[in-house]
Amino acid sequence: MHETDMTKALIMTIQDWFDQQVEKPQITKIHLLVGQFTCVEPVSLQFAFEVQTKQTFLNGAELVIKDVPLVAYCHTCQTEYSPEIGLQYSCPTCRSPMDDIRSGRELKIDRIEHHQCTPA
Amino acid sequence: MHQSIDTAIGLNLLHANQAGADHNRAHFDEWGITCLNLMSSPGAGKTVLLEKTLAALQSELKMAVIEGDMTTELDADRLRQYGSPVIAINTGRSCHLDAKMVAGGIHRLQEDYNPKEFDLVLVENVGNLVCPAEFEVGEHSKVALLSVTEGEDKPLKYPVMFQEADCLLITKTDLIPHLDIDLEKLAANVRSMNPHVTIIPVSAKTGEGLDTWFSWVKSQVKVPMIVSI
Repeated sequence: MHETDMTKALIMTIQDWFDQQVEKPQITKIHLLVGQFTCVEPVSLQFAFEVQTKQTFLNGAELVIKDVPLVAYCHTCQTEYSPEIGLQYSCPTCRSPMDDIRSGRELKIDRIEHHQCTPA
Repeated sequence: MHQSIDTAIGLNLLHANQAGADHNRAHFDEWGITCLNLMSSPGAGKTVLLEKTLAALQSELKMAVIEGDMTTELDADRLRQYGSPVIAINTGRSCHLDAKMVAGGIHRLQEDYNPKEFDLVLVENVGNLVCPAEFEVGEHSKVALLSVTEGEDKPLKYPVMFQEADCLLITKTDLIPHLDIDLEKLAANVRSMNPHVTIIPVSAKTGEGLDTWFSWVKSQVKVPMIVSI
């Protein structure tokens, strides 16, 4: 259910960008980075996006989601590691707690692909 | 002619919500208010904790509650008997409060009261372990509640909220004798992803741990500004 609200938030953010454009572009693709350590399920997001953008300025735009794995940095071992979500978050070598997340929390609009009408 | 363009955006997906949350926080800061966002699954005991908190601290702090609930005002009605303003926000279909809804609550506080008189705004989020963790509302600190009946593995399964919490209340500790819960394991699970969290076991029924919670709340409240006359 909350992907519906995530999508609303996404559309609001893109609407802000769209409103700032002097020449209104036709948006074709929106590239998202979605971290694995977030509360967002990409499949649900795709579905909600499709439903909510019908008959809007984003009609027909494609949502391209790139998964970003959870990576943490252990300051004791001075090395990066991949915590196992749902099982173990501490460092597999020294068991220090996960204290420095390097990636996996992203909920980011990376790029927008669009057509621009150019003067003839 | 059409020209295909690729524009780098690099904006947070929740940028609009984040901007709203920052705006709310700026209001709170201007008025000298500390805002705490209380989050948990349904039934962990947020409302009874607020009842105890309002009753215990009303002589020391000027408080208001922003109460999020999907359809009813049952919780808000429970809290109103303590005399502090309780602003109910029905979230409708939405399973969490967002910055815009809380902004609506702030405006109602501003219309009906002088917000500068308040020290503390307690936001009771919608009962849900998932979504509220991603939507900031303008809080200064996040408080998560987890009742002992939910089991010690919940933080592993719903990590984002527990990883973000500044304070975790382990509630309903009076039930521990009837359960197999391992409190140390629960605390270790939370600390494995959030080593700096303050963990306070409490029971609203027996009063255990509540004084520690009240002290933590008071430690979060801003030192009142000295107004020159």
